[in-house]
Amino acid sequence: MKQYVFVLILGLAFGLSAGKGVAQTASQPVSMAQAAAPSQVSAAQVQKLEGEIASAQEAGDNAWMLVCSALVLMMTGPGLALFYGGLVRKKNVLATMMQSFSLMALVTVIWAIIGFSLCFAPGNSFIGGLQHIFLHAVGRAPDPTYAATIPLETYMVFQLMFAIITPALICGAFAERMKFSAMVLFMVLWSLIIYDPMAHMVWGKGGFLNASLGGAFPTLDFAGGTVVHITSGVSALVCALYLGKRVGYPHEPMPPHSVVLSFIGACLLWVGWFGFNAGSALAANGLATSAFVATHFGAAAAAIGWAIAEWIRNGKPSVLGAISGAVAGLVAITPASGFVSPMSALVIGFVAGVFCYLMVSKVKSRFGYDDSLDAFGVHGAGGTIGALLTGVFATAAINPIFKDGQGNPLPVGWVDGHAGQVLNQLVGVLIAWGMAIVGTLIILKIVDSLIGLRVPEEHEIQGLDLALHGEEGYTFEA
Amino acid sequence: MKKVEAIIQPSRLDHVKNALHEIGVEGMTVSDVRGHGRQKGHTEVYRGREYNVDLLPKVKIEMVLPDRLVDPVVGAILSAAKTGKIGDGKIFIYPVEESIRIRNEERGESAL
Repeated sequence: MKQYVFVLILGLAFGLSAGKGVAQTASQPVSMAQAAAPSQVSAAQVQKLEGEIASAQEAGDNAWMLVCSALVLMMTGPGLALFYGGLVRKKNVLATMMQSFSLMALVTVIWAIIGFSLCFAPGNSFIGGLQHIFLHAVGRAPDPTYAATIPLETYMVFQLMFAIITPALICGAFAERMKFSAMVLFMVLWSLIIYDPMAHMVWGKGGFLNASLGGAFPTLDFAGGTVVHITSGVSALVCALYLGKRVGYPHEPMPPHSVVLSFIGACLLWVGWFGFNAGSALAANGLATSAFVATHFGAAAAAIGWAIAEWIRNGKPSVLGAISGAVAGLVAITPASGFVSPMSALVIGFVAGVFCYLMVSKVKSRFGYDDSLDAFGVHGAGGTIGALLTGVFATAAINPIFKDGQGNPLPVGWVDGHAGQVLNQLVGVLIAWGMAIVGTLIILKIVDSLIGLRVPEEHEIQGLDLALHGEEGYTFEA
Repeated sequence: MKKVEAIIQPSRLDHVKNALHEIGVEGMTVSDVRGHGRQKGHTEVYRGREYNVDLLPKVKIEMVLPDRLVDPVVGAILSAAKTGKIGDGKIFIYPVEESIRIRNEERGESAL
């Protein structure tokens, strides 16, 4: 009887799942169930069916993950390129976009050669090993520690897109005054010295902060609040302070040359972020749905939060404010996305929108640093508050990530009764801050002494598009 | 021959152009300019930073005319461009030494 029911269930599973290989054999289990007595179902047939179910699941998960990888790449180009490009003066629009674009190319090559290995090959608590250099052993077989139903190669390319956008975010801090050659050298070193260890600690096997693989301080970071946003945002602040202010800042007006471009970029970021957060579920499952919804709700609430704060303080809600709010919310929800309920996502988003608005409009002018495009105010600050709020709102009801010896779910965040998680989050936040500050200072010193960081004043005044790239963004003559 | 230069509100351009065509003006050059007289500007805010914009968009119309058309043209511009508020603009009149048509090198008033 049990075998009969089992085969019926298998037949139902085929009926419900996708996949070409499965469809070809779909007729088989139904006729087997009708015609055969239970004892005629052989072990070999069951094994074949199980293999086909696994393939079907892989097909769904892999399709989703490849789409997510494309979405995250789109976040850098053209999302971030447009968002940042619109915020600078017309004479620097191409140079700003080139920063994002060149990283799409550069980080890819570094990742392929050694970056992926340093992040995800087994090593020690702080950095991965060299087993995967030149993508050795990275192919169609899954690595079950990371994602059991997709090829390791898919996982690699998905993670690559994160490695690309993280350094691109930093460019917001030194926009309009950094040498292109210096940026290239800086980013190569930053990727290797700061991103790779941080990603390994939070997401790699044996990482010090890895919540799901037994790290010493389990910091919950679903999609990269610490790895991506805090490291890049704090690094941005260090760069802004080290490089100094733009010529003419803050007395000369330097309004965005095209809020239209920034608007388009921000919307592409919002849509792309579904790949960033929901894709971090690494499968096309309910957790991906949960992360998708949390992401969207966080963005929406944050846009409203920033707009309300601005409306109250300035009398008018600006478009630039609303889109910046949405981005701040997306940043803050990033670490929380796969751990919190939709309602909590609304709260996290709203808080981040207001908090980042204050960081950008009050704190920046109080301290006088020229973080040109608010990389610190949005990513550094948003990532920090998001990481801490993750400790508050993470719940086993959404994602039972902590389990006891018997496999029973344990409380996750403060709402579950585990207030200590906020302290674990704080450890991760402090480590991210520390690495970003120390590492960035070292790299800046090295690059500065080798080739110098800033363009000469005449180039800054002429505009980087002409000075560094020999081009103009807009030539509207007939 | 005189050059009449008028700086007007951009929203009045169509009215002024039609009024000028009606009295027989055949040539004009129109450009987008920025400027101010006694009109106050406005403040724009981007990410919490305030920018005072006191150069406001205006339109400049330039025409070189035979002397007999100057008064009708000034009258036409005044009635078509005026809104009665500060920021309406100004008209300036200059003497012109020579005018030459490039196509056939004609000179003087017949080149206008």
